[in-house]
Amino acid sequence: MVNTIILEAKHINKSFHNHLTVRVLNDIAFTVNKGEFVSVIGKSGCGKSTLLYILSTMDTDYEGDVLIEQETMRGKKEKQLARVRNEKIGFVFQFHYLLNEFTVLENVMLPGLKLGVLKEDEVKIKAMDLLKEFDIHPLSDKYANQLSGGEKQRVAIARALINSPSIIMCDEPTGNLDKKNGLIVFDIFKRLAEENQQTLLVVTHDEEFAKNSHRIIEIEDGRIIKQ
Amino acid sequence: MNTKLILRIAKSLLLARWKQTLVAAIGVTFSITMFIALLSFMAGLNDLLDGLMLNRTAHIRLYNDIKPSIHQPVNISSEFKGSYNFIQSIKSSSSRNEIYNSGAIMQALKTDNRVKGVAPKITAQVFFNDGAIDITGIVSGIDAKAESRLFYFSDYVVAGNSLDIMNVSNSVILGKALADKLMANIGDAVHVTTIKQERFSLKVVGFFQSGIQELDKVQSYASISTTQKILGKPSNYITDIQIKLSDINLAPSIAKEYAQLFQTDAEDIQTANAQFETGSFVRTLISYAVGITLLIVAGFGIYNILNMMIYEKMDSIAILKATGFSGIDVIRIFIVIALSIGMFGGLLGLLFGFLMSFTIDQIPFVTASLPTIKTYPINYNPVFYIIGFTFSLATTYVAGWAPARKASKIDPVIIIRGK
Repeated sequence: MVNTIILEAKHINKSFHNHLTVRVLNDIAFTVNKGEFVSVIGKSGCGKSTLLYILSTMDTDYEGDVLIEQETMRGKKEKQLARVRNEKIGFVFQFHYLLNEFTVLENVMLPGLKLGVLKEDEVKIKAMDLLKEFDIHPLSDKYANQLSGGEKQRVAIARALINSPSIIMCDEPTGNLDKKNGLIVFDIFKRLAEENQQTLLVVTHDEEFAKNSHRIIEIEDGRIIKQ
Repeated sequence: MNTKLILRIAKSLLLARWKQTLVAAIGVTFSITMFIALLSFMAGLNDLLDGLMLNRTAHIRLYNDIKPSIHQPVNISSEFKGSYNFIQSIKSSSSRNEIYNSGAIMQALKTDNRVKGVAPKITAQVFFNDGAIDITGIVSGIDAKAESRLFYFSDYVVAGNSLDIMNVSNSVILGKALADKLMANIGDAVHVTTIKQERFSLKVVGFFQSGIQELDKVQSYASISTTQKILGKPSNYITDIQIKLSDINLAPSIAKEYAQLFQTDAEDIQTANAQFETGSFVRTLISYAVGITLLIVAGFGIYNILNMMIYEKMDSIAILKATGFSGIDVIRIFIVIALSIGMFGGLLGLLFGFLMSFTIDQIPFVTASLPTIKTYPINYNPVFYIIGFTFSLATTYVAGWAPARKASKIDPVIIIRGK
C-alpha cells in the first residue's frame, strides 16, 4: 500500500492568452504517493493555485497530462471529470465557497447525495460524524453565512471528505484564518494523512504550515525548483 | 435519486432568496395579466362589432331574384342548336317573387344537420301616412319566435314585447326613428298604404332599435300573416327563407348546393357582405399584431429578469461544479428554477388576467346604437389562457436554459478566478 502513486503530473504547461501570451506553468512533473501530506509553496503569482486547479480537473485548458489513480484525465468528457471530482477529489478553497442557500449539514451532504452510493440517511449520519469530528456539529442547522471564517473552513473540509476521496486538495486553507484556527485546520490535515491514510496536497504560503508537512514542493516562476 | 436531488437543490435556491424569486415571478405575472386582459378586451370589442352585423344577418338567404331568364327560347329551339345566337335587349321577366313550395323547403332544411335554424320572411314596401305626408317604409313579415332565436330580434325590441306581433292581430313593431317621425306611441294606430294603393291600419305594439339609424327610419316588423294580408297574398306566400348554419364558413358551398336543390337564388353572407368580411379581417389582424407585440415585450421582460437571476447565481454554479455536479445537472437545476417561476408566475397571471377582464366586464357601457350592450364586452376565450400559459413556460424555459448552458460549459475555475 505504501508508495502507491496516486497523483501524477506529467509535463504540465499552461499559458494565459490575454493580448500577450504569458506562460505560467513550465514542464511541471511530480508524483504524490498515497498517504502523503504534500505542501506546495511559492510566492504569490508563481502559478501554484493554477497548478492545483489543473490537478483537480477544474481547469482543462493546459498541455501535458494528469493521472489520478493511474488514470489519465486527458480527453475525458466534462461529465466524467465531474464524476472524478465528486468521487476521488475533495477540494477546499481559500474562500471556503459554501452555498449560502443551504444549511451546514446540507452543504456537507450535497456531494454525497450526488455520488448516490449511500442512501440519504447514511449520508446524513456520515456528514454528522464529520461535523462532530471537527467539533462543529452544534452548527449543523445554521446557514453557511451565519458562521465565522474558521467554522466555515472546517465545514468546507467536512464537505471535501464526505465521499472519502483519495486525494484532498486545498488552496490556501489557512490563508484567511487566524493562528488558532489555522492550527486547528492543520491538525485536522495531519490526522487525515496519518490516521486515515488520505493523501493531501496543500497549496500554501504559510512557511510554518509547510514545514510540518511530509514533503514540500517549491515553485518559482512556473517551475519546480525544489522537491 | 439524481432528479430528486436536483429538485431539492432548485427548491433551496429558489426559497433562499424568495424576494428575488417573487420579483421574477411578478414580472411574469404582470406580462401574462396584461396579455390576457388586453386580448380578451380586444376580442370582446371585435365580437361586438362582428355581432352588430352577424347577429342579424342570415348565413344563407333563399329568394327569387328579378333577372332575365337564363333559358331564352331561341337557345332551346332545336332548329338553332348548331348556331351562335345573338340576342339583344333582353328584359328581366316578371316571374313570381315567392318561393315555390316554401313549406316543403323549410321542412327539408330543418332536417339538415348543418342548419342551425330557419326563419321565413316577407318584405312589403309601404307608405306610412302621417297627415299629408307619406313616409316610405318597409314592413317585414317575420316569425317572431324563430327570428328571436336565430337573429336576437327580441334583444333589439326596446319597448313592448316582440311576441305581441304574433298575438295581436294587425299589429306592428316600428323602428324607433320611424316611430319618432310618426309621433306614434305604443297602443296607437298607424296607417299604411301599399304600393297597390290599399290602406291598412296597424296597431303599434313595440319599438325596436337596431343601432343603424338609417335602418330604424324605414324598418318595421309585423307577423307573416299580417304582412300577407297587407300584400293581399295567400298564406303560403313566402319571399325569403333565412338560414342560419352551425358553421358560417360553409355558407358559400351550401348556398350553391341549395340553389341547385331548391331551384331558387341563394346568397351566402360572405358574398352579400364582402366589405364586412374585409373589416372583420382587418380587425382580427390588428388584434393579432397587438397580441404578438405584447408577447414579445413580455418575453424580453421575463428573459431579462431570469437572466439576471442566473448570473447572480454563478458562484453557486461554480461551487456545485467543483464538488462534482456536471454541466447537465447545472442546466437541469436552472431549468427547474426557471420553469417553477414560469409556472407560478404564469398561473397567477392567468388568474389576475381573468380578474382584470372580469372587472372590465362590469364597467357600464351604454350607447344608443347598441341597445343590447350594457357593459364593456369581454371575450373569455380559453385559447388566450392556453397561449398565455404556454408562452410563460416557453420563455422562462429559454431564459433559464440559455445562460445555464453557457455557465455549464465553462470550467468552474473560470468563474472562481473571475472573482
